[in-house]
Amino acid sequence: MNRDWLEFERPIVELETKIGELRDLAGTKGMDMTREIESLERQAEKLRGDIYSKLTPWQRVQLARHPRRPYTLDYIEALCEEFTELHGDRLFGDDRAIVGGMGLLAGRQVMVIGHQKGRNTKENLLRNFGMPHPEGYRKALRLMQLAGKFGRPIITFIDTPGAYPGVDAEKRGQSEAIARNLREMVRIAVPIVVVVIGEGGSGGALALAVGDRVLMLENSIYSVISPEGCAAILWGDRAEAPRAAEALKLTATDLDELQLIDRVIQEPNGGAHRDPLAMADVLRDVLGAELESLERTPIDELLENRFQKYLHMGVFADAET
Amino acid sequence: MSWLHRAKKGVRIQRTAEKKELPEGMWTKCPGCSDIVYRVELDKNLWVCTRCSYHFPLNAHQYVDVLTDAGTFEETFRNITSLDPLNFRDAKEKYRIKLKKTMLRTNLTEAVLTGRARLHGRPIVLGVFDFSFLGGSMGSAVGEKIARAGLDALERHSPLIVLSRSGGARMHESVLSLMQMAKTSAVLAKLHEARVPFISVMSNPTTGGVSASFASLGDVNLAEPHAQIGFAGPRVIRETINQELPPGFQTAEFVQECGFVDLIVSRGEMRSVLHRLLCFLCGSEQEEKMLKPEVEEPPVAEEAPTREADPTPSPPDVLGTPDETTREIGLHGPA
Ligand SMILES: [Zn+2]
Repeated sequence: MNRDWLEFERPIVELETKIGELRDLAGTKGMDMTREIESLERQAEKLRGDIYSKLTPWQRVQLARHPRRPYTLDYIEALCEEFTELHGDRLFGDDRAIVGGMGLLAGRQVMVIGHQKGRNTKENLLRNFGMPHPEGYRKALRLMQLAGKFGRPIITFIDTPGAYPGVDAEKRGQSEAIARNLREMVRIAVPIVVVVIGEGGSGGALALAVGDRVLMLENSIYSVISPEGCAAILWGDRAEAPRAAEALKLTATDLDELQLIDRVIQEPNGGAHRDPLAMADVLRDVLGAELESLERTPIDELLENRFQKYLHMGVFADAET
Repeated sequence: MSWLHRAKKGVRIQRTAEKKELPEGMWTKCPGCSDIVYRVELDKNLWVCTRCSYHFPLNAHQYVDVLTDAGTFEETFRNITSLDPLNFRDAKEKYRIKLKKTMLRTNLTEAVLTGRARLHGRPIVLGVFDFSFLGGSMGSAVGEKIARAGLDALERHSPLIVLSRSGGARMHESVLSLMQMAKTSAVLAKLHEARVPFISVMSNPTTGGVSASFASLGDVNLAEPHAQIGFAGPRVIRETINQELPPGFQTAEFVQECGFVDLIVSRGEMRSVLHRLLCFLCGSEQEEKMLKPEVEEPPVAEEAPTREADPTPSPPDVLGTPDETTREIGLHGPA
């Protein structure tokens, strides 16, 4: 079986393969397999329910990083009637770990920006595994400000293990690039909708994720540090990552409960990668509805709401109140 | 540099109880030059080695003494403290227990101390990190205190100065800590729009989520000599690129060379440099006189709106001497 499948997905994938084979057999040999197929499909449905209804946080991490999971460009392709990519930060270069451009989404002109991972070695070399350098964040900001200037709403897709930790990234000001985006995104005077589609890896994710609405796909994650990194520091062993994943409260439901995001978007049974087109259909409706409601809000109010939302994030004790 | 010496006048660190971070005894070994140095001598020199200029680490209260006029600091938002919203527990203990122990050991309520003070007579709002409190890490309470200090500065139209000394976001509050980066930066957006100055002072170390949020967003970014400044930790970078790091990597000097620190300032110069910056950013006594000629004429020069909006003008005789306000400071890199 393809190594792209996760350990806990295998029983389902095996069953589905079997169903497929039976169907083929029925088709080619003209045999009646309806009862066998129906029975297996009932089994598969039950198995899917059993497995996906009680995923552990670590399993969600694996789903969020699933090699078959739809990436930013997959969604752009599925959602936008037109898309024209724009390149470069006008300062240093063009970082392919972030893509951005003008999209036409359900008849609406939008700026779409997102982290982009690769699906094979060649793509990953180009995309740097979705880990941006400062010029990526600066390109993103340039495009967001362009959208702001001409009154086009912004959609960002979040999917990165984190900002790239490298010598050149430090030399070109990784910290400054992220920090500047955080400050400027609060001020961009058009609606911003953020969708965490896979991995929300720390500051490198947040640098594209300040917006009026922050949505997370059901099996996406958002964390201050990777479970492996956290395990290495706090447990002295990267192998404790499943435990760290639990402690970090990084699932979409966790973030919703902590009131750090606006809503969780359900994925097709088994995850977005099991049915990318169905996922895109859901997303198209959600994005359309969110943009419509944001566009009705006067811009000053929108900006003030955005500011207040971030101002109120955090849980602490305040002895006087 | 003559002004270095002048700056030291009147700046003395009081012998406070919080000095636990520093070695005990009459003599101490300097980690910079390995010489044995006399503690009294060090104390007089703001804990900077007189032989090699090594900057010994200071706690938050000591930095307050270095940065502000004696006796002017009033602490704010002390009531804001950390909770354990995620019920976090690592290999050793629960976060809430760790917090209690740290509070007892450090006699601090959080990793940042915020307050109002004066600097050369001018009102400022201040935030100072203390590394001994969980590595100066930023969780919800630290983010809230920085945000409130920022709003305090906005309301009073006083400049905000934050001295960072932090390893970054606090893991024990996970994504709540992460969001403090957005929160503190959002408040700085307000200061930016209102033209209230923000000066970031980066001490050793300023890394991770603190470096990648407010600490990099100063109208002017200052750094202490040799301070470690960067986004990712050196170990992570080494493991990622599988190569040795260049010499001096992530030092203040390196970061200045890369264009992200305006000026490296030794501890003895810090207060006078800050004063010089505030004169430039907020206007000075002399400037006030020049802008308001006795003749009844509309002023020719540009208005200084931040100055005019200042509800608490500084006392006249404590602002900079002509000598100090005209002296040039070499600022480096893009603002
Ligand atoms: Zn020395």
